[in-house]
Amino acid sequence: MLISGLWIIVTSSLLAISTGLLGCLLMLRRSAMLGDAISHSVLPGIVMAYLLTGQKSSIALFVGAIILGVGVSLMIEFIQKRFSVQNDAAIGLSFTFLFAVGVILISIFAQDIDLDQDCVIYGELAYIPLDLWTTPTGLNLGPRAFWILLALAIINISFVGLAYKELQVSIFDPLFAQATGLHPQVWHYVQVVLVSLTVVAAFEVVGAILVIAFLVTPAATAYLISHRLWSFLGLSCLWGITASIGGYLLAWWSGGTIAGAIALIAGIQFLIVLIISKIAKSKA
Amino acid sequence: MILQVENPVVEVHDLTVAYQKKPVLWSIDFTLPAGNIIGIIGPNGAGKSTLLKAIMGIIPLASGQIRLWNFPIKDVRKRVSYVPQRESVDWDFPASVKEVVLMGRYPKLSLFQRPTKKDHEIVKQCLAQVEMLEYENRQIGQLSGGQQQRVFLARALAQEAELYFMDEPFAGVDMASEAAIIKLLHQMRAQGKTIVVVHHDLQTAYEYFDWILLINQRLIASGPKEKIFTPELLQATYGGKLTTLTKIGELLKKKSFSSRKDG
Repeated sequence: MLISGLWIIVTSSLLAISTGLLGCLLMLRRSAMLGDAISHSVLPGIVMAYLLTGQKSSIALFVGAIILGVGVSLMIEFIQKRFSVQNDAAIGLSFTFLFAVGVILISIFAQDIDLDQDCVIYGELAYIPLDLWTTPTGLNLGPRAFWILLALAIINISFVGLAYKELQVSIFDPLFAQATGLHPQVWHYVQVVLVSLTVVAAFEVVGAILVIAFLVTPAATAYLISHRLWSFLGLSCLWGITASIGGYLLAWWSGGTIAGAIALIAGIQFLIVLIISKIAKSKA
Repeated sequence: MILQVENPVVEVHDLTVAYQKKPVLWSIDFTLPAGNIIGIIGPNGAGKSTLLKAIMGIIPLASGQIRLWNFPIKDVRKRVSYVPQRESVDWDFPASVKEVVLMGRYPKLSLFQRPTKKDHEIVKQCLAQVEMLEYENRQIGQLSGGQQQRVFLARALAQEAELYFMDEPFAGVDMASEAAIIKLLHQMRAQGKTIVVVHHDLQTAYEYFDWILLINQRLIASGPKEKIFTPELLQATYGGKLTTLTKIGELLKKKSFSSRKDG
């Protein structure tokens, strides 16, 4: 129990780092709900990939999901710019449309498809230690989810670490960035691809609700008390990691779902920090 | 009245810009002289900001050609600085004054390269020049409008450019900041730099600028301010609105008064 608990906490923390970083960037771009949009919009991509290839191999479905994930981001932007619709409205109408397309595709062509709703929405962190990655020689390398989320965390940390100044200036002042010859749009699309990649890979492991909670809540909590971009990014990761630990302990103690408990703790963190920062401000 | 100059810094030829197929600038044609403080004046919606964005290559041109020192903008970006409107950014962004000014050094750094000690020193100098050094560690959201504008100007200074385009640097700034900005523009001019400023306030335009461009979707006039500030040209720019006309009358009185004083 102790070892498997550790795997769950570590895996969840790795996800918290990826989503913590990306969540900050999304929040600064005022599109915090993009992760939500992507996680719903990948459904038709998964169904179409299944219909085209006729197999449930995870690679094909993954590619289908990524294409739709990037697709919905482009669609949102197109609707927003071309028809001057507000960002939140564009997000709402894009992902509900695509999700509906996915549901219709399933009901017409793929009624036999085995989609475990419970698993997709809530995920099941408790199974992480059971799905092990073993080499052909039989060597046990630990949970498969751990390796996937470790790779994602490394990709996201490298992205934010290496392109820190480009991201900072592109998000803060896109006109100035463009005038200096940077391409804010390119950085934006790289980020969108990473959000799609992270959301798709993660929701198979932890479920859509926790991914969305992780993309929004720790960043929102960090934003309350951050005056610098680097501290904003760092605190956001830290809140996600502590929520992972606290959530696991809460679930262990109460016997409830781990993903739900983590999301709950993240929400409580936000409330506490909000109250403390309000009190501190009123005293200052 | 459109005066052309020899060896222009900026040359705009037959420029037309459209937003969603609706033209906002029509066949604009002018040249600008080096070492001047140049004002782009016109009513709201005249396309002043659009003109700056077009020159900086931020928005696509429907037609026309723009040359800076006879080069296309993409070849001379490092010699040119652009200061967007203060309202165009989110001042709640988690960044300090120092960090924003440091952004002016980014174009000099290569992709993924970190700023050096020298970059930080230049940032300090630039902050001192706009009298904002004591605020270097403040979060930018805690500044007044005028102070935010000065931070933007410090960032522009940090670019060490030769040609500056500023979009409404005087909009919504306090008296102290206005004086600091004017002083700075004069210093820059003394160093031989060219500054092009979008400005909407006719009252102060004559006092601030050496050369004036009057636009209202089309170019009405371009030349030294003494030749441009005539009732005919100002009327052509602002139309026949009664309030504007009375204002123009007052301005012209002021102008003759100040030139008498100068002479």
